[in-house]
Amino acid sequence: MIQYLQNNYEVVLTALQQHVWLALLPVLLGFAIALPVGYLAVRFTWLYHPLVNVCGVLYSIPSLALFVFLPVLLGTKVLSPINIVVALTIYTVALLARTVADGLRSVDPLITQAATAMGYRRFGRLINVELPVALPVILAGLRVATVANISLVSVGALIGVGGLGQLFTRGFQLFYLEPILVGIILSVLLAGIADLVIVLIQRAVTPWARFQRGGAA
Amino acid sequence: MITFDDVVKVYPGGSTAVDHLTVELPTGKLTALVGPSGCGKTTSLRMINRMVNPTSGRVLIDGQDVSQQDEAKLRRGIGYVIQSAGLFPHRTVLDNVATVPVLVGKTRREARTAALELLDRVGLSPEFAKRYPAQLSGGQQQRVGVARALAADPPIMLMDEPFSAVDPVVRGQLHAEFLRLQNDLGKTIAMVTHDIDEAIKLGDKVAVFRQGGILAQFGTPQELLEKPADDFVAEFVGRDRGLRSLSFDSAASLPVQPVSSQPDLELDDAGRPVRWRSAGDLGGVFTASDSLRVVTDLAISSPVGIAVRVDEQGKADGVVRHHDLVDHLLERRR
Repeated sequence: MIQYLQNNYEVVLTALQQHVWLALLPVLLGFAIALPVGYLAVRFTWLYHPLVNVCGVLYSIPSLALFVFLPVLLGTKVLSPINIVVALTIYTVALLARTVADGLRSVDPLITQAATAMGYRRFGRLINVELPVALPVILAGLRVATVANISLVSVGALIGVGGLGQLFTRGFQLFYLEPILVGIILSVLLAGIADLVIVLIQRAVTPWARFQRGGAA
Repeated sequence: MITFDDVVKVYPGGSTAVDHLTVELPTGKLTALVGPSGCGKTTSLRMINRMVNPTSGRVLIDGQDVSQQDEAKLRRGIGYVIQSAGLFPHRTVLDNVATVPVLVGKTRREARTAALELLDRVGLSPEFAKRYPAQLSGGQQQRVGVARALAADPPIMLMDEPFSAVDPVVRGQLHAEFLRLQNDLGKTIAMVTHDIDEAIKLGDKVAVFRQGGILAQFGTPQELLEKPADDFVAEFVGRDRGLRSLSFDSAASLPVQPVSSQPDLELDDAGRPVRWRSAGDLGGVFTASDSLRVVTDLAISSPVGIAVRVDEQGKADGVVRHHDLVDHLLERRR
């Protein structure tokens, strides 16, 4: 396997870079879309249940079907990475919009009330109180979405774009175990590192959350 | 002064929360709004800072109609304390207290410096400043809640069941500290409580509400106890209101017998009472500034049925016997 890595250093590195890019860009895009969508579902309560249903349906679409179907819908080339980015963004939104909504709904009404009574306007209250208090829930959703995306990128290899997944397809085609092993190890490692990074960010930005349970009530 | 001028609040669905309320909460005093649940006391409180808007009628602060003012700005000028404090869990104690000063444009540094002083004022040591609310006990959280409400030095404070989430012992301490604080600060306070004892203990004025948002009586605690407006108020203030009303009468007017009439009372060289010779101990003593309730309690619990009055130096200067006390109480009723 060391031999394989030495010989295919650049191929593996390119695949890894592409994998990171294809997995994380949709997380950022999806998060940016999910925030306002999730907020709207809390602000207008009648939107919440439709949102939960739509998210559920979107998330249940098989990824391969979406990868194949999107070029038809978007007019993109079949081999374009845009298909992967759009598909994974859809999954991320489906996961995170509900998480954002649930996170915001989990904020104790007493806290929201206190913020209003202190003189926060609606937007200031959202940014300074509601979102920060909902952050532990939202970041937990972000971990799930990130790890799911990292594993889903590989499926893209079946339509020609798929980061580390391409090592799988190559290995299968050549009846050659090494690239498959390298691909698996690197994707697991990548998912682990991404998860760890988010946990560290979570610790750093929500130092208070550790005291929430088990502390003096 | 906070004025309710013929205020009505009807919720969608038709239930009347507040029914033609007209009342004035005096400046610099604490007015307790008390009543059973669903009597409209909290709704009334929230109409002061426009968390609830009246269906008809006006709420005025120093003659200014609150409905004409910007909601957020109005609220920044009114302190607010709620049940179980409602502290922001993601902010340290210090930053919780600094909330409103930062909102009205103070720098974070200024606001934190002032917040540290306020913590001291409500009896929290500086070591709590960097902690998060979840690391505090209920009583400590409640103190932070009061400090946060005071931070921008608002002339008016609204308190919604501020002490109901803590145990009775802590509540007693918080009451005492709060009364001391209010003595210094003289804020205009509206406080909602369902606990008539708390209302009587803390309120300069008490507004008793009945079901349906009707003001049953508005007056001083003493008026409430001695002259309840109707059966509802009499029932609500409770059975032992006669005894409790004695808390509001000073013992200064209580006639005493000379100490020399009691040879059984042993005095030391300085004239301070030591014990009743026949009983072996003294019981307690009172001063002219104590309430009649204290004297009554002493007379009842004294081993010989006699309460001893002392002057500022602690010298015995009079005694009160059971029957003298009863005569005085009967006289007082006329």
